[in-house]
Amino acid sequence: MSGVRVLVGTRKGAFILTSDGKREQWDVSGPHFAGWELYHVKGSPADPNRLYASQSGGWFGQVMQRSDDGGTTWEPVGNEFNYEGETGTHQWFDGSQRPWEFKRVWHLEPSPTDPDTVYAGVEDAALFRTVDGGQTWQELPGLRTHESGPSWQPGAGGMCLHTILLDPQDAQRMFIAISAAGVFRTDDGGKTWRPANRGLQSEGIPDPDAEVGHCVHNLAMHPSRPNVLFMQKHWDVMRSDDGAESWREISGNLPTDFGFPIDVHAHEPDTIYVVPIKSDMEHFVPDGKLRVYRSRTGGDEWEPLTNGLPQSNCYVNVLRDAMAVDSLDSCGVYFGTTGGQVYASADAGDNWTAIVRDLPSVLSVEVQTLP
Amino acid sequence: MIRVKLPGHLRKLAQVDGEVELEVDGQPTQRLVLDALEARYPVLRGTIRDRETQQRRAFVRFFACEEDLSHESPDAPLPDPVAKGAEPFLIVGAMAGG
Repeated sequence: MSGVRVLVGTRKGAFILTSDGKREQWDVSGPHFAGWELYHVKGSPADPNRLYASQSGGWFGQVMQRSDDGGTTWEPVGNEFNYEGETGTHQWFDGSQRPWEFKRVWHLEPSPTDPDTVYAGVEDAALFRTVDGGQTWQELPGLRTHESGPSWQPGAGGMCLHTILLDPQDAQRMFIAISAAGVFRTDDGGKTWRPANRGLQSEGIPDPDAEVGHCVHNLAMHPSRPNVLFMQKHWDVMRSDDGAESWREISGNLPTDFGFPIDVHAHEPDTIYVVPIKSDMEHFVPDGKLRVYRSRTGGDEWEPLTNGLPQSNCYVNVLRDAMAVDSLDSCGVYFGTTGGQVYASADAGDNWTAIVRDLPSVLSVEVQTLP
Repeated sequence: MIRVKLPGHLRKLAQVDGEVELEVDGQPTQRLVLDALEARYPVLRGTIRDRETQQRRAFVRFFACEEDLSHESPDAPLPDPVAKGAEPFLIVGAMAGG
């Protein structure tokens, strides 16, 4: 019988939650790498037993872990992330220039076809790739050395490359997002990049519709329709219908359009999910109510999903990589909170239950649909 | 023989219990001890000092003989009791925050 494996990264370790296709009874394993920050744990679509985890901490830096048995055992792999060539500088909060300095891996994006190939988005923003199962990592320097690089500056969470979308129909095309530089697109496998932020409007930067400098929080794509992209920006939920050539706002009737994650239903490319957050000053859900908002029209019209979610005295946040969907017939939706709850819906968001309630603050949630 | 005591997270990463015992050729220094440690446990590369610059990570401290050696030159000789194995060389995660 089919099942799911939910990979949860937290501030103090990783947890693996497994269930059969009903998604009612859950086994919880962990903490793996107890005491460390797990920014991201993700499985290979080509080999579901192959998992990669980014383990880091302020004291001892970055460690990369790999599992070949679905997370039962782990082995440390390469943790050498050297920027290629001249490091260069980027802008700091005070306007001065700072050299690029590696801090941690935020996001891992395994290849859809090769378990040994993984892209890694890091802070300070750059894109790396391994083709040997994580033993060695090489930068794709065309992104960091883009002519706009010196003008990039950190968002509040650091200058991180946090989102990587691989076009399932064109292996040469990728989209990435950096806080706070924005979206970049490559059409040649990562050699050259161009900004893809036309249509974004951001207050708080000198030129609100600048080519770069936007604090994009997350991107999502349905694999059947790689020209349609959805974006949760610092403020504003956006959509592109032309592969990020241009964007338009689809915030519609959301109670607030600030937030972090955005995701797409596995079988309905126009059904999307966000979690509105009160503001950039108050990083928690509005009115003490945890509400996922779903649009079945590709944006503009949104409905709150509340059944099973706390509707009073709730002040959690949901971070950008902390939402995921499975691909079972009835699409499952999952998200984790800064309060340590991981919620699951086995019916596309209509009803929610907490799989676990008391984990450390959740940094990332991914799900694997198992045969 | 040099005795090195690792912090808990790094003992777990290196899969060791208790102290690590290392042989260092010549007069032991921080650099030589760390070189020998990383050679035996490659997983520790990058966790104590930067792989490129060999700068100590900001929140790592080196103690021995009740002294903080963190700001000593990495090429300065280690105290005699450490060099002779009477005292361990302590690698410590700094107390920072809560």
